[in-house]
Amino acid sequence: MSATIEQTQGVPTGIWTADTVHSGLAFEVPYAVATFNGEVPAFEATLADGVLKGAAKVESLTVKDENLKTHLQSPEFFDVERHPELTFVSNGFRRIGDSVEIDGDITLKGITKPATLRGTITGPAVDHFGTTRVGLKLETTIDRTAFDMNWNMPLPNGEPALGNDVTLKADLTLVAA
Amino acid sequence: MRVLAISGSLRSGSHNSDLLRAAAEEAPEGVELAWWDGLKEIPAYDADDDREEGPKPVEDLRAAVRAADAVLVATPEYNSSIPGALKNALDWASRPLATNAFRNKPVAVISASTGAFGAVWAQAETRKVLGTMGARVAEVELAVSHADQKFDELGRLVDDETREQLPDVWAALIATAQPDLVAA
Repeated sequence: MSATIEQTQGVPTGIWTADTVHSGLAFEVPYAVATFNGEVPAFEATLADGVLKGAAKVESLTVKDENLKTHLQSPEFFDVERHPELTFVSNGFRRIGDSVEIDGDITLKGITKPATLRGTITGPAVDHFGTTRVGLKLETTIDRTAFDMNWNMPLPNGEPALGNDVTLKADLTLVAA
Repeated sequence: MRVLAISGSLRSGSHNSDLLRAAAEEAPEGVELAWWDGLKEIPAYDADDDREEGPKPVEDLRAAVRAADAVLVATPEYNSSIPGALKNALDWASRPLATNAFRNKPVAVISASTGAFGAVWAQAETRKVLGTMGARVAEVELAVSHADQKFDELGRLVDDETREQLPDVWAALIATAQPDLVAA
């Protein structure tokens, strides 16, 4: 399928690569009475003529508790042994002012589902070292059970301990290639 | 495919051990059964004894699991739950969590009891424990109820309905262990 790009205002053309030191990939999921957070620091992302592609290494998944990391990498969640990467490939990019919507396919645990990332775009702008950068701050919510991540445990009140809706957040600084 | 059979029951006339023997009879070609019978030797879990090398019976269990391509567990049910000895053995085997012998190991759990529900709760809890340990748990259930009527005095499975379900257990375990092979 060819990518649709609505060039309402300045969708960056050319090839841009994520500066991963200044970028981050994170997730949030409701857990008991609070929110559980994690990051997937080892990832790559490119924006090539309006097509955003990203791939992250599940092995790098980081949470505050080592045992939870182990559980998240097990077959009950990401199944890192069989599905070491999670990916996103866009097929639609809309910019209106500083707002952006990016349609695409997310693949987690070998299962691909459509998703729309929403957020803001900054730039292109030249930084203080003379490098041209684009910032993308994106977010989407997925139902983890659609990706065969069904683990749960009832709390004493009978409610499930872990929510199904997971918010994925990508904060990207892209540098012109 | 080498499959380690673990019975959660210790008594000599165990219906669950009988069920594993019946499963072995129905094992498809290419499956080689290995038996672990060290359950009684496993000491009570004590974190003080949980050093790099654990007690020998524990290390033997870990080695047996590592040497197997998959594991088939049959469990009885005590007080609506997983028997203490089996849970204790799994707790030992789960250490350390990130590198434990069951991590990513394909497993199936079946059960038998003399009651009407066939140890279905113990079976579910065993699956839960194994999943938490990081095992690759096959989505299959076989709960043999009224087991005293389904095995004869020599422990042979004489119930056709149960026997007919055993190939489904094997199919699920093999699919869990070798999804590419099944899909091909």
